[in-house]
Amino acid sequence: MIATDILKETFWSLSANKVRSGLTMLGIVIGIASVITMVSIGQGAQASISTSIQSIGSNLIIVRPGAQRSAGISGGAGSNTTLTLDDASAIKSEIQNVQAVAPEDSKRAQVTAKGTNTNTQIVGTVADYAIVRSVTLEAGTFITDQNLKSSAKVAVLGSTTRDDLFGTGANPIGQIIRIKNVDFDVIGVTIAKGGSGPTNSDDSIYIPITSAQHFITGDTFVTTINVAATDQNSMVAVQSQISELLLKRHNIVDPLQADFSLMNQADIIATASSITGTFTMLLASIAGISLLVGGIGIMNMMLTTVTERTREIGLRKAVGIRKIYINLQFLSEAVALTFLGGFVGVALGWGASLAVTRFTSVATQISLSSVLLAFGVSAGVGILFGFYPARRAANLSPMEALRYE
Amino acid sequence: MIQCKDLKKIYVNGDVETAALKGITFSIAKGEFVAIIGPSGSGKSTLMHILGALDSPTSGTYLLDGKEVSKLDDNELSDLRREKIGFVFQAFNLLPRTTVLRNVMLPLLYSQTSEKEREERARKCLVYAGMEESKFFNLSNQLSGGQMQRVAIARSLINNPAIIFADEPTGNLDTKTSHVVMEAFQQLHQQGHTIILITHETEIANFANRVITIRDGAIESDIRKQQTITNNQ
Repeated sequence: MIATDILKETFWSLSANKVRSGLTMLGIVIGIASVITMVSIGQGAQASISTSIQSIGSNLIIVRPGAQRSAGISGGAGSNTTLTLDDASAIKSEIQNVQAVAPEDSKRAQVTAKGTNTNTQIVGTVADYAIVRSVTLEAGTFITDQNLKSSAKVAVLGSTTRDDLFGTGANPIGQIIRIKNVDFDVIGVTIAKGGSGPTNSDDSIYIPITSAQHFITGDTFVTTINVAATDQNSMVAVQSQISELLLKRHNIVDPLQADFSLMNQADIIATASSITGTFTMLLASIAGISLLVGGIGIMNMMLTTVTERTREIGLRKAVGIRKIYINLQFLSEAVALTFLGGFVGVALGWGASLAVTRFTSVATQISLSSVLLAFGVSAGVGILFGFYPARRAANLSPMEALRYE
Repeated sequence: MIQCKDLKKIYVNGDVETAALKGITFSIAKGEFVAIIGPSGSGKSTLMHILGALDSPTSGTYLLDGKEVSKLDDNELSDLRREKIGFVFQAFNLLPRTTVLRNVMLPLLYSQTSEKEREERARKCLVYAGMEESKFFNLSNQLSGGQMQRVAIARSLINNPAIIFADEPTGNLDTKTSHVVMEAFQQLHQQGHTIILITHETEIANFANRVITIRDGAIESDIRKQQTITNNQ
């Protein structure tokens, strides 16, 4: 009986003051929706960058010739000529927890096909490259060990290179391309991954490393050794073992004088994460401010409402309604307003995040903690400032309350 | 019905003490229609609010229907206001943007009556107070002054109070409407209700059959029609 009365009174009260209730809820809705949307954009950015970095290979360690560099993400081979195919074989055979090793001899070159040409990265490598660098084929096959042994003149095209030479989406298998006056047969096309990481893997041509060394570069060295560890936990161990091994093979005693550098994929992710982390913090601060402003708005509306309804509280006391029922009614109104506004705000924030993803290319990822925080703050502020002032008014004598200006 | 003895009310504002009531003593029997009259500042409003249990005296005793009002706690006072008292205010004090019916039903909130029964009783009281049925669903801000006061009277009746108090009920109304409202009070009196009202107009006071005059916080005279009793205090 009492509960239904309170609920009914709450409903009648809120609808008797539609404008005021609406404005209060608006503050809550906007505060919550903006927090959720902002944080989801930040989280989305972090997630998509992580995914991009993951897509270049997993548990990847990259060995490059040249002096040590700090967490650089810049591409390009070192100017040094100290890494060899034998180094790569040694890594594969002597170090534990290595899943696959793919040495690379890469160089940019002009490539022509019938009537078209392009300037692209020629990547001379081995069959295991597909495993180490997570390359999947759209059509055809990748380089095989047989191709390596025979220095076959075969090529696998990246999807962008295929588009540039043969037209978008065309099937180039069986066609001939010419690199440095040498004809190569196209045997495969890779699936597009999107531009990311040090080089754009879609704008590349993969040929056997032996063919690259014989026909294209004339090098006896390799420009990169890609190593895939078996799992994330062994990466640190594998990295230090590679370092030890190469120092020994190259007869270098002082590690600081190493003629190679190692780059750990986890490091790249960590760096990128800290950048997006800062970005997310920025967005969260903006969201936090908007939540604060929204909260002040809510507080303002609630206090004004109670002040204006002090006379009404006096009247209710004068006709004999007990203090506790008056308090319960106002508490119920505050809860109803904040919860209703809260749900609408969450729904709006959700919708806005989805809309951002759909209509722009910006990824979003809705975070539960932002929802709970925004909801919690709004509800807390609304109930605090909607209930306690009412409680104070209910403690006045009816005459004091009725006289209130 | 009502017995007050030596009621005093002192307002303290910083260093200044104002005595609004300086010791009021009188009794009112069941079925009387009493008007309390006095100029502004005489203390009649203060007295009315104490009698209506809306405020408490600084000292003195007030027995309403045998109960010592100053000894009641907050909940008991609320119960008293609800069950024994009907109050009509000068400024009407209706719930804003709420229908006539819901306004009259207000004192029945949280009681053990069904919504249907509450509406029934509200309708009866409104008819009793002379309100047209066509206006029952009007919002309070769509009514004239006289109509608002009639709604307020209906509201004061809904719990069958022992006493009806009216604080300058015609203060915000024109002469014609004032007379209509006062006739309504007279009718209620004829039906056996006990009514106490305050006013500063003699013309209004003469609708009652006992007039108590207050000046400067004390009773100056107490005159019954058909009988003359003077109490000089």
